[in-house]
Amino acid sequence: MTDRRSDLFPILGVAVLALGVVGVARLMTPGPRHPADSAPGRTAKRLQFGGYQVTGRTVTIDAPRDRIHAMWRDPKQLALFMQDLVAIEGTPDRPIWVIDGGHGPFRIETRLVEDRAGESLAWRSVEGADFQIEAKIRLRDAPAGRGTEVEAHVAYVPPYGLLGHWAAKLRGLDPKARGRQELKRLKMLLETGEIATASNQRNT
Amino acid sequence: MRALTWHGKHDVRMDTVPDPQIVNPRDAIIEVTSTAICGSDLHLYDAVIPGLQGGDILGHEFMGRVVETGPKSTLKTGQRVVVPFTISCGSCFFCKATLFSACDNANPVETQEASELLYGHAVGGLFGYSHMTGGYPGGQAEYVRVPYSDVGPIVVPDGVPDEDVLFLSDILPTGWMAAENCDIMPGDSVAVWGCGPVGLFAVQSALLMGAGRVIAIDHHPNRLALARGLGADIIDYTQTHVLEALMEMTGGMGPDAVIDAVGMESHGMAPDNLMDAAKQKVGIGADRAHALRMALMAVRKGGRVSIPGVYGGMADKFPLGALMEKGLQVRSGQTHVQRYGTRLLDMIMEGKIDTTFLISHRLSLEEAPRGYRNFAENQNDWTKVVLTP
Ligand SMILES: NC(=O)c1ccc[n+]([C@@H]2O[C@H](COP(=O)([O-])OP(=O)(O)OC[C@H]3O[C@@H](n4cnc5c(N)ncnc54)[C@H](O)[C@@H]3O)[C@@H](O)[C@H]2O)c1
Ligand SMILES: [Zn+2]
Ligand SMILES: [Zn+2]
Repeated sequence: MTDRRSDLFPILGVAVLALGVVGVARLMTPGPRHPADSAPGRTAKRLQFGGYQVTGRTVTIDAPRDRIHAMWRDPKQLALFMQDLVAIEGTPDRPIWVIDGGHGPFRIETRLVEDRAGESLAWRSVEGADFQIEAKIRLRDAPAGRGTEVEAHVAYVPPYGLLGHWAAKLRGLDPKARGRQELKRLKMLLETGEIATASNQRNT
Repeated sequence: MRALTWHGKHDVRMDTVPDPQIVNPRDAIIEVTSTAICGSDLHLYDAVIPGLQGGDILGHEFMGRVVETGPKSTLKTGQRVVVPFTISCGSCFFCKATLFSACDNANPVETQEASELLYGHAVGGLFGYSHMTGGYPGGQAEYVRVPYSDVGPIVVPDGVPDEDVLFLSDILPTGWMAAENCDIMPGDSVAVWGCGPVGLFAVQSALLMGAGRVIAIDHHPNRLALARGLGADIIDYTQTHVLEALMEMTGGMGPDAVIDAVGMESHGMAPDNLMDAAKQKVGIGADRAHALRMALMAVRKGGRVSIPGVYGGMADKFPLGALMEKGLQVRSGQTHVQRYGTRLLDMIMEGKIDTTFLISHRLSLEEAPRGYRNFAENQNDWTKVVLTP
């Protein structure tokens, strides 16, 4: 667990507290000292991490780590499982994500800050971007030959603060729901070759 | 095409809707030749399962002919298939473990959200059921889009009548799995609550698995007679004190295993059931778990409890103490239909299983609303309805 903290620190800057172990967060709160949890920091019972909302999800996908890594680096594949992605512009090192926000698309200019084949990927919005966000994908072997545990962390500053956070949630736009749905679509794509839909009409 | 659609409590109609299309590569389109109404459909008809939407096409027991295939389907046009009601990808962790109804990939991501919240995990995908399980258009229709057609459908030879194999889609494997979940040892006594199609197939399966005595409990004389016809002893709960009778009939031990083939709409005037009924009526997610409570009380110490009956919400006054203090083992779930297809098809072909004895009514698909009404209101005479488009 400590290695996770130091590993993330240079990448995620201010949001690091949220991504470390719960115990780190607990150290900041008064009361009896608790031993550090083994749980990921984002599961801590606190709402704010220095102005950041932090969310994440782990999904086990029955596919090798390299293959999953490649999916995240391929804009064509990304468009299949990131439903709100309108386009990726810019360069692979400085991608600009054009996302459908419900009221027309918005753009997030990012920098690829980590890219380790079969292990991890991270992007961070550039200074001055409209939307401040840091996203990291981490891949590790699942136990018992179950494939790969794919973990996505997202730390972001919600536009319009907490109020904006809840408003987005109510409109079904919050990054937590989007994030887990994207991971599940990726899983479907890799495990079944298609993305499940209940529709029996091609164009709906 | 014509299809039976749901519009609210006790309101199902025949509608004209768009024909289904191939959407994903592994899909096939089936032209339905026979379909049935299930006890689970009654939970939808009575609107006690959450997550239905007006216009949904119901039906999850169906078979037919393949009329169109996607590029990755392994089926061939013209083949006859029975389609499992559980939609399963065949390749996820759960499908590989033959826990097909728990498939991780068949329920679209948007509709996984509700059950993740309600049950702690997203449940699988089912035909013609709640939008919590995907809201997939069902089989009480002329045509159905069948996803993952390379792993689900059971191909049946020409010449075998539809009625012999139709129930491979659901109630036959459901009754079989219900009995299998009892871990029956030769000579065991098994008590079965509910002599609907599921209970009846559970009775037949338990006897085939070597149960020494199967005791079936219901209140409809015709349904009890069908159970007796299979070789079960019967108890009419309106005439007999069930718990006392079960003790006396099992040498004072209680049944080795019990099966709840009633589910969330238990009948009867028992005080706990009246309270559950009132809560269910105002829609606070309470299941009428009377039969399950009885089963937990009746089963012997260290016995097995099998629950094929469907529940969707919460139950209170639940005899948790009986469960723990008697050291019971509980197994349940939507049936892992694909696990049993070939084995049960073989047993049908060898004449070891009778699948048609329970069919009381054969109607056209257009008459489906009448079928629902009678299957719900006149259960004594209407034991199973088969519809043909
Ligand atoms: N697990 C699965 O995959 C699966 C599959 C199919 C059906 N089911 C469920 O199994 C249950 C039975 O299905 P069915 O098609 O036989 O339904 P059904 O409605 O035809 O039969 C239920 C029977 O239970 C009897 N009953 C009601 N209250 C009782 C009580 N207190 N004691 C004894 N008997 C009582 C009724 O009289 C009726 O005969 C339903 O809940 C259905 O949803 C589950
Ligand atoms: Zn059914
Ligand atoms: Zn699966």
